[in-house]
Amino acid sequence: MKQSQSVVANSVIFVYSCYLILPLYWLFSMSIQSSQDITTNAGWYPKSPTMANFQEIFTNPVWYEGFLNSLTYVLINSTISIIVALPAAYAFSRYRFLGDKHLFFWLLSNRMAPPAVFLLPFFNMYSSLGLFDTPLAVALAHCLFTVPLAVWILEGFMSSVPRQIDELALLDGHSFVHFFCRIFLPLIRAGIGVTVFFCFMFSWVELLLARTLTASAAKPIAVVMTRTISASGIDWGLLAAAGVLTILPGLVVVFFVRNYLTRGFALGRV
Amino acid sequence: MAHVSLNNISHAYNANTDSETQVLTDISLDIPHGSAHALLGASGTGKTTLLKIISGLLIPTEGDLLVDGRRVNTDSPRERNIAQVFQFPVLYEHISVFENLAFPLRNRKVPLTEIHTRVKQTAELLEIDNLLSGKTTGLSIFDKQKVSLGRALVRNDVSAILLDEPLTAVEPSAKWRLRQKLKELQQELSLTMIYVTHDQLEAMTFAEQISVMHEGRIIQTASPRELVEKPQHEHVGFFIGMPGMNFLPTDSTACLSPPKGATKAGFRPDQAFVSTKQGHNSLQVAVIDQQALSTHLGESWGLLTCKYQDIEIRTRQHLNLNVGSTAWLHIDNPHFFRNGWRMTGQAEVTQGNA
Amino acid sequence: MRKRINNRAWLMVLPVLFLVAMSAVIPLMTVVNYSVQDIFDDNNRVYVGLEWFIQIIRDPELHAALWRQILFSANVLAIEIPLGILIAKAMPRRGSVATGLLIFFAIPLLIPWNVVGTIWQIFARPDIGMAGMSLTSLGLDYNYTANPVDAWFTLVAMDVWHWTSLVVLLVFSGLRAIPEAYYEAAQIDGANRWQMFRHIELPRLKTVLGIAVLLRLMDSLMIYTEPFVLTGGGPGNSTTFLSQYLTRMAVGQFDLGPAAAFSLVYFIMILTLCWLFYSLISPAEEQTER
Repeated sequence: MKQSQSVVANSVIFVYSCYLILPLYWLFSMSIQSSQDITTNAGWYPKSPTMANFQEIFTNPVWYEGFLNSLTYVLINSTISIIVALPAAYAFSRYRFLGDKHLFFWLLSNRMAPPAVFLLPFFNMYSSLGLFDTPLAVALAHCLFTVPLAVWILEGFMSSVPRQIDELALLDGHSFVHFFCRIFLPLIRAGIGVTVFFCFMFSWVELLLARTLTASAAKPIAVVMTRTISASGIDWGLLAAAGVLTILPGLVVVFFVRNYLTRGFALGRV
Repeated sequence: MAHVSLNNISHAYNANTDSETQVLTDISLDIPHGSAHALLGASGTGKTTLLKIISGLLIPTEGDLLVDGRRVNTDSPRERNIAQVFQFPVLYEHISVFENLAFPLRNRKVPLTEIHTRVKQTAELLEIDNLLSGKTTGLSIFDKQKVSLGRALVRNDVSAILLDEPLTAVEPSAKWRLRQKLKELQQELSLTMIYVTHDQLEAMTFAEQISVMHEGRIIQTASPRELVEKPQHEHVGFFIGMPGMNFLPTDSTACLSPPKGATKAGFRPDQAFVSTKQGHNSLQVAVIDQQALSTHLGESWGLLTCKYQDIEIRTRQHLNLNVGSTAWLHIDNPHFFRNGWRMTGQAEVTQGNA
Repeated sequence: MRKRINNRAWLMVLPVLFLVAMSAVIPLMTVVNYSVQDIFDDNNRVYVGLEWFIQIIRDPELHAALWRQILFSANVLAIEIPLGILIAKAMPRRGSVATGLLIFFAIPLLIPWNVVGTIWQIFARPDIGMAGMSLTSLGLDYNYTANPVDAWFTLVAMDVWHWTSLVVLLVFSGLRAIPEAYYEAAQIDGANRWQMFRHIELPRLKTVLGIAVLLRLMDSLMIYTEPFVLTGGGPGNSTTFLSQYLTRMAVGQFDLGPAAAFSLVYFIMILTLCWLFYSLISPAEEQTER
């Protein structure tokens, strides 16, 4: 509807934006102060800004390896999710087959499973497979939640591509694989972007499984943060700096998929 | 019902402040009380924008809109009492057909008993009284469009009903029935109806007066017959008629003796014929296609396509030539156009020269 | 358009099936196994039947956690859904401002959940936090680590901060999908703003709102990380929800049997809710598609 933004509407947006930004501002402000300043000399803005906290993170292997571990399993997870979900989503969007609807609902129901339920069995299973404390274990565990989601989102995007395109391409003599990779995938680019967004949104932010399935070698950044708290008192500045850094990958991802976001949601797929 | 007039209306969208796009230029139109008027044009010519200006969804950047002599430029749609039927049936899906029809009345705080009688009457008029209690979701598009029309008719104080390509989505078999119904209602209730379409057949069978639009302007307003016989502009000639008018540049057709200043000669398919005989002022053409439309007494009649230099020309005639052969095109009284506009009084000029 | 019947499509689903079955079915079977046995060590197991189930169903602490869980979920849903609709409606429908706002609003959704807890911990602490300091300087006796009401309030504020944007994104894209003609028709019919919302937007948002409620309900029922970081379930047990209670049972006390039984009940509870909702919103979806 072409209506000029009313004052009420603008103030609603403004208030909500403030509500969102203030905790983030505070986190950032903390991240550039020393712990000393934070506890003794708290103010609305940093009085003597310092990059020491960030320096500590980038030079201490416990911290930066935590980041690398997290990024590693998120990447593995997204890749596996997309690769296995693509053919399945294609099957659901193009064909009817025995038990398709039940299978689809069963897949989706996994998205609704509380991760806490899977804690112990996962621990046992990945230990016996010798995968405990590796990024692969976390990535595979997260697949239980991201793969159904990926199938759901991709199916929505694929269904919006007219089926005639498939038939035309095959009539033109393209092989199925060639058609799928060269013609079909570019058409659902947006869908792949949105899928990555949601895989990331699950895998990057999850803590419970990531914590249970790792001990030291593959410890993700989220866990490094919680363990620092209990070990040496709380270094607020360092914690805040690590927090700031964990927000950045999310920002990068959302920036890349910004134009597809509402389309992804509009399909009713989340 | 009312008399709607538009005086020198222009409109420009300026969504982005730097690029202002003029979509309507200097539109003047007079639609008398109880008349059926059509706005005809290809898509993107500003028909829908004009409709929005009349209904009050847009305020024109220039010009005046008068309803019964009263300037209504800035009145809200509600104050103008104008109803509209859209291209796709727009219905409130969560409420019954009855409630859909009652919706505009409830918004105007009409007493309950009156709502009931008026909804009943309207439904009977449209022959949808058996659907009243049901939901709208299961209806055919034909019935849905009737319900949308009902939302317009139920308001007895409505000044004009705007129809924005109302037949587009309707199943082909039901198209003519709905058009028939529209025409019937328009005449019976002497409604002022403004009908937007890109389909000349719809416009010509529905309206008494048709305004042909092109690039944001009205290039001609006339009766259907006049549009065929005296197109004011090349585009009218080209747009109206199946197929449209043929055009030949005057510099290669000097034999037609164009008047001074003319740039193009135009003639309808029935204004010319191709034969093997060379006649006075005929042009040599190559026959490239014949499409039979009917047979009469053992002879085929239909459309003949021929080529004069690089220009394709269609004539409606007796098909007795061979495709690929060379023949002669005879043109009967062509219209002449200068810079797109038809030159008036050309008939005398050509006859004088011939 | 009718889909072709082709059972070879199963081949394409196979990888997904394998992966998900591996990580869903096998662990679930383990859980079922645990839930009916008392395990001392690998070679020493006793079949105990439904004993663990009876034990957890009678567990008063679990009842308390369940009530807290229901109260919390109802609380956040009652705030986030209407707030999300309000904000989505207040946003400009198109243009670069809308895109910018969307990116900005999506930020909380992409922050690791424990960092969300950390952010609010830092923000709300009465000694170093902006909100905590402000409330204290207003003369309020605010301390979320000591006072259950304050802890509860902080948790809800955090969840609203974290998840309202999801509702906003959903509703916003739902609003964008409504054809302009519907607004025009309503304007011509003389509808006011409230009537437009009631008769045009709300019916057409039914599906996205269904999804929003479903997701928020499910996710709030599984909330673990954020309260774990922020309050650790305290003070006392005042912010201990189902997932925390379960984790404490399984990992903290190593009560495998009861924990497994609890897991199953928990899972089935959520699945039932999910299925109920799914069947509630599915017919609505069919209607809008027709």
